[in-house]
Amino acid sequence: MADLQQNSYRTGPDTEGRFGIFGGRFVAETLMPLILDLEKEYEAAKSDPAFARELDYYLKHYVGRPSPLYFAERLTDHVRRQAAAGHGAKIYFKRDELNHTGAHKINNCVGQILLARRMGKTRIIAETGAGQHGVATATVCARFGLPCVVYMGATDVERQKPNVFRMKLLGAEIVPVTSGTGTLKDAMNDALRDWVTNVADTFYIIGTAAGPHPYPALVRDFQSVIGTEAKAQMQEAEGRLPDVIMACIGGGSNAIGLFHPFLDDRDVEIIGVEAAGHGVTTDKHAASLTGGKPGVLHGNRTYLLQDAHGQIADAHSISAGLDYPGIGPEHSWLHETGRVKYVSATDDEALKAFQLCCAQEGIIPALEPSHALARAIDKALEMREDQILLLNMCGRGDKDIFTVADALGADV
Amino acid sequence: MSRIATRFAQLKTENRAAFIPFLMAGDPDYDSSLKLLKELPSAGADLIELGVCFTDPMADGATIQVAGQRALASGQTLSRTLEMVTEFRKGDQDTPIILMGYYNPIYAMGVETFLAEAVKAGVDGLIIVDLPPEEDSELCLPARQKGIDFIRLATPTTDDERLPQVIKNTSGFVYYVSVAGITGGASGAATSVADAVTRLRAASNLPVAVGFGVKTPEKAREVAQTADAVVVGSALIEELAKTLDNNPENRDKVTLAVREKTRLLAQAVHTARD
Repeated sequence: MADLQQNSYRTGPDTEGRFGIFGGRFVAETLMPLILDLEKEYEAAKSDPAFARELDYYLKHYVGRPSPLYFAERLTDHVRRQAAAGHGAKIYFKRDELNHTGAHKINNCVGQILLARRMGKTRIIAETGAGQHGVATATVCARFGLPCVVYMGATDVERQKPNVFRMKLLGAEIVPVTSGTGTLKDAMNDALRDWVTNVADTFYIIGTAAGPHPYPALVRDFQSVIGTEAKAQMQEAEGRLPDVIMACIGGGSNAIGLFHPFLDDRDVEIIGVEAAGHGVTTDKHAASLTGGKPGVLHGNRTYLLQDAHGQIADAHSISAGLDYPGIGPEHSWLHETGRVKYVSATDDEALKAFQLCCAQEGIIPALEPSHALARAIDKALEMREDQILLLNMCGRGDKDIFTVADALGADV
Repeated sequence: MSRIATRFAQLKTENRAAFIPFLMAGDPDYDSSLKLLKELPSAGADLIELGVCFTDPMADGATIQVAGQRALASGQTLSRTLEMVTEFRKGDQDTPIILMGYYNPIYAMGVETFLAEAVKAGVDGLIIVDLPPEEDSELCLPARQKGIDFIRLATPTTDDERLPQVIKNTSGFVYYVSVAGITGGASGAATSVADAVTRLRAASNLPVAVGFGVKTPEKAREVAQTADAVVVGSALIEELAKTLDNNPENRDKVTLAVREKTRLLAQAVHTARD
């Protein structure tokens, strides 16, 4: 293990699906044959040039990749006006919010539905919190003509009506989940219950880099297009790699997608930003690494928000996409090895960053990357002006305008 | 010989199938649940599965989920569940108790601490839904070292290629989940259950219990003709929930109703081969 850490951070998971002690395959026996089958098919697809060609085709012509690398000039100037002399890093955005459906989620959905087709599966299920992954899944299902069932917490169905209607337009069936506390984790439980009941024909498109092996690796690989593109684009724009890269983390799929290609570039500082909700010292936050401890849920061992008796706590964040009591297992490992630093931003800090981005850049960011932006501005202030900070703008904020209006006390 | 092995050996000489009721510990409250637990053997329970509540029971249908929520709301924890077993053992040294649940509450307590406490309390076996053979080093092997049986679920998706791996570290008995699905779901066809029981018995030399979807005395009787044990959970909990709804203040009525239902199911199982 020590050797592995010295040589590379990019070789995980091991054959048991572990990143250090994290990850694994903690599922009911009914699902074991299915995830073993998925692993086998995924390994075969990875080395199949035809699969890669097909994936590239849809990423380019359907999703709209590559997404641009953008120099946020006015935001940089804004930071430099407040920074000490010679300070204020150059801020770049990786603009995955310009993807079809408005977020990075589609990268993974295209990959997984191509796998589902390859495996001859005829029915797709997914879980969703805010509805972004649900919309992305419903979108690829419509494109490939497969029936789609999306599990969504009953409260989220109520507060994310535009996305619910979007999914319906795309032909998906939405199942409001009232079991447990009716949130994203319960939606995932119900999706797993559906899967154990419909094992023969159903493919479960998990939306984040979590769940039983091989999902964390598979989702990471499909999202790594973000970091791979960013690396090449940064070389072209600046002739070198960035000094700092940052992304927000709920389950952590956009973050691992950006981070993974940079993990062995030791000069690149990597920072993940969790949602601190009302504050990590309150019981209303979603910062699993900062405020949780290792446990087992949804098929993997990872950091979880839980009580002393191992009962899972409810997460809270103004951003529904970060509102999950766990985190992808690879992040737990990167946290413990120290390769990636994890910090957090509160609801209020994210809201301020959201407004600043609208005003300075003419970009309405999703509330999720607004968390990363809040910490990125602090970080850029401390950095020298010849340094570069890259932030993953993983989603656009159209979906959030009602939430933001509500938080700001405005009428829409 | 372990309590589980002793019990199955004794049933074999009587040519009877075992009846195994499932109860959620702490549902609807600690005292009623303990009272019910103590009454189960006289109502016909040969072994008892005691549910350990968890916030996210992903293999369970609505009935057992809600039972777990009632237990959690009444303050039930894994420690309190072990306490219940200790209390039960004061009056019953023979009826095996199997804890059934999910890994995280055990992991949070610490595997070593949990196993020491479980041995002390008189727990005989564990069914941990989210620990497949691939994760045997977590709890299965340490539990067996302490003399606690680790009972594995075999399912309709467990094919011949996988079966040996599922059986390998299993002890006590094998639990056949008769439907691919969640607890309380539809029943499997009788013929496929009989085939599966024959297949599992041949592969393991262990007794085979059948559960998931057994709801009525008729179905229990049918399964008991081939299986070594019949597990009923959701049907008992439905009885508990229904009685509780009608008599929120009278917990004696609740325990009485579940005991009566247990008696009917046990009788069906015990007379299945007459």
